[in-house]
Amino acid sequence: MSERENILGRIREALQTKAPLPGAHGEVAAHAPAEAPASHASEWLPSVGKTPEEQFELFAKNAADLKADFQLLASREELKAALVKISAAEKWSRIASHDGELSNCASKSLGLPVLLTDKGYDVNELEKCDASVTECDALVAQTGGVVVTSRSTGGRALTILPPHHVVVARREQLIADLPAAFALLQKKYAPDFPSMISFITGPSRTGDIERILVLGAHGPKKLTILVV
Amino acid sequence: MTITLFIPCFVDALFPRAGISMAEILEQLGHRVVCPEDIACCGQPPFNSGYWDEARTIAAPIVEKLKNAEAVVIGSGSCGAMIKKFYPELFAGTRHEADAKKLSANTWEFSEFLVRKLGVTDLGAKFPHKVTYHDGCHGLRELNIKLSPRALLGKVGGLELVEMKEDVCCGFGGTFAAKFPMISTAMGEVKIANAAETNAEYIVSGDSSCLMHIQGLLSRQGKPMKTIHLAEVLNQR
Amino acid sequence: MSTFVSEFKTRATEKTGDVRLRQFIRTALRGYEVNRDNRKGAFQSWESARQAAAETKWEAINHLDTHLESLVAKLEARGTKVHWASNAAQAREIILKIVTDKKARSIIKSKAMTSEEIHLNHALEEKGFTVIESDLGEFIVQLRHEAPYHIVFPSMHLTRDEIRDLFQKEIGDVPSNSPEDLTMVARRVMRQKYIQADIGFTGGNFAIAETGMISITENEGNARLTAALPKTMITLMGIEKVLPRFSDLALFLPMLATAGAGQPMTCYNTMYSGPRQPGEADGPEEWHVVLLDNRRTELLADAEQRDSLSCIRCGACLNVCPIFRNVGGHTYGTTYSGPVGAVITPHLSGLQDWKHLSNASSLCGACTEACPVKIDLHHHLLQNRRNASASEPAFFEKLAYKIFGIVANEPAFWSLAKKIGWLTQPLQSLVKGTALDPAKAWTKTRDLAPVQKETFKDWWRNRK
Repeated sequence: MSERENILGRIREALQTKAPLPGAHGEVAAHAPAEAPASHASEWLPSVGKTPEEQFELFAKNAADLKADFQLLASREELKAALVKISAAEKWSRIASHDGELSNCASKSLGLPVLLTDKGYDVNELEKCDASVTECDALVAQTGGVVVTSRSTGGRALTILPPHHVVVARREQLIADLPAAFALLQKKYAPDFPSMISFITGPSRTGDIERILVLGAHGPKKLTILVV
Repeated sequence: MTITLFIPCFVDALFPRAGISMAEILEQLGHRVVCPEDIACCGQPPFNSGYWDEARTIAAPIVEKLKNAEAVVIGSGSCGAMIKKFYPELFAGTRHEADAKKLSANTWEFSEFLVRKLGVTDLGAKFPHKVTYHDGCHGLRELNIKLSPRALLGKVGGLELVEMKEDVCCGFGGTFAAKFPMISTAMGEVKIANAAETNAEYIVSGDSSCLMHIQGLLSRQGKPMKTIHLAEVLNQR
Repeated sequence: MSTFVSEFKTRATEKTGDVRLRQFIRTALRGYEVNRDNRKGAFQSWESARQAAAETKWEAINHLDTHLESLVAKLEARGTKVHWASNAAQAREIILKIVTDKKARSIIKSKAMTSEEIHLNHALEEKGFTVIESDLGEFIVQLRHEAPYHIVFPSMHLTRDEIRDLFQKEIGDVPSNSPEDLTMVARRVMRQKYIQADIGFTGGNFAIAETGMISITENEGNARLTAALPKTMITLMGIEKVLPRFSDLALFLPMLATAGAGQPMTCYNTMYSGPRQPGEADGPEEWHVVLLDNRRTELLADAEQRDSLSCIRCGACLNVCPIFRNVGGHTYGTTYSGPVGAVITPHLSGLQDWKHLSNASSLCGACTEACPVKIDLHHHLLQNRRNASASEPAFFEKLAYKIFGIVANEPAFWSLAKKIGWLTQPLQSLVKGTALDPAKAWTKTRDLAPVQKETFKDWWRNRK
């Protein structure tokens, strides 16, 4: 018999004995588990406000708490200008990006060499880039973070290897909360999901030395979110 | 109401003032107090050590004797938890199961009995001192006792209550204190450091067992802070 | 006394004697508590979320077979190679074979407690492979050749000065002792390692039965890099990590972050559903997922304690545990420390050898209160004590309780015992705290409360 069958066999045997129901040792009465117990998560997670204005305000507050740089811009011209300003301040000499309507518009505005990762790339070249400019699948008001995938944002490494990750997004990409984010991903991709989906909530960080926050442990030291 | 006062073993032998205060307070409120002299201990020491048969030897006669009591009042959150929460578990599937559940329902920790059953908070007590309150873990987490003792202390004349910053166990834990004295002592040191930060004169608690541990450390270390059971505070005039 | 318990007591005595370290840990965890309370407060209902999380895991664990089959079918359909390991030796063998077949030289690892559980690094290094821990805390303890101090904060017992000295000795060129500078030293060392490594190794926080995904939670980005650059990826994960639905993560990810670290959301939460797929830019060519039993099915068979398989390894119970805070993670001598370690280790490694961890508790219940999936932790400690005493009673302890029962049930004996206690007090005080003192376990550090001449029962009888 294979180990698979051995393990599944032990599991089935163990489950012959019924466990106490949820609540059997708690403050609530014992009961059968609810159908999809987590489906009401929106009612329990931190509140997000109702209007897009409230939600952008919340996104801005959360992003600031995470030490991400968030800018809500009026036009594509403003977005390009914001990016040029960052590039100049940090003296970028090359960047990486992926093939996308908005990301192309943004990355080409800099007049710098752009490494496009979509069709494969040399990782040593990517490592030399000063920043990556990518789109995202969603902005999550509840967390102040973004969602990226290996299919929609240039692979797995583009959004994690360069020291500065700039996300360019459209206003309508803002969604309220995490349950909405998972629903959106399910609707957009199921059953053929990208091999990697990542919720990025702020720049890379660690607290491993005396629990003191340091940004840029391994991933990007900076995360900038430009929304137009 | 006829109230059966359950006096835990260590209150009987070591802290009789706490038991006397409870009896006097309940009588002053106009109730008839009885105290079965043939009950010494709730059986928690063997139960917590894993010797459930031996615990049942002690607990079964108690269930028999008290099953028809109108109200059982006990001056310890820990022994209260033993009867209210663990007796039904200890006797599950035995002939005492139903009686254990009945006793559980009719048993009250002292402060809860005053506040939630009798609806009394002001006992006319006066204790002009700065105090802090230690929640015994069994009372706090098995029986959810948090507000009642504070409601009672709030009505004591001249008393100032200062809460500790950290809400942690004092490190007593029954036989744990003797089996792992180094850990128990370290936990107790954290507790008295927290209490010292409040600058209180007294640590008040509803559990004499915790106070026995805390007082034992305070005396050994020559600290001036004192401990006192809630019932004794409420019985000061 | 087994060697495990005497070693535990020796270490506990040493660690509780280190007042500086105890204060250092207490301060760190106070900071955690403040953040955690703020984050919990931001929830509309943390308690409802806990209840739903507990029920979701209940459903997952009590239908573990069907969820695992669904998970594996979905993973395999997208080209992932799934391996099943009944025990640690099998898991090591599977991983060694993959690494050998790939003719790998270096392996970069992101944090995985399961790899500690099977002592993987040792097995790989013994065969000549280079293993690099990429999580900063794990990297630090790896350089010190010690086990993680805490399942979430591996190096929380070390000061910046100790880490600076360590880096200076092992790496060199350390500009200062600031956490910022020290982190950048590690970042610099690690960067080329990701690119050069042949194998990326990870653990897993959640496995989604519905969609065939493994979700990894981290703050540093090291797991993201580990899963992006090397050609082969290996993931080792306990079989209990399943969640039924993709959408369950919407609840579990913020709860893990809040309970575990007092964060609203961990920085990177990443779901992997296969190796590099057609049309994708990068990612491993092969992904091996190793599912580990290692006596989890024995825990599953204990219906009373089955809920301890719901554990999401957030570390919240360690953080609030007064025992953990005072003795520290290394004292336990186990992969999983703190309350959850004390509960599950007797099941995973033997009840009689590890029952002392269940005894080394005041049963305060802070762990149960902190657990985001409502595992009945402190009551499981009581059950372990009961099971240990039932299967192998300690002769003198059992006898003592038998005698105690007789005394407690007979008022005349109880009165006599109190009298003896009162009368012998003066003698006891002569030997207080010394080897001759029968109560020395207590009196070494604490005074005894005196037995009263007039006990409560005396007073009661006298006034009647």
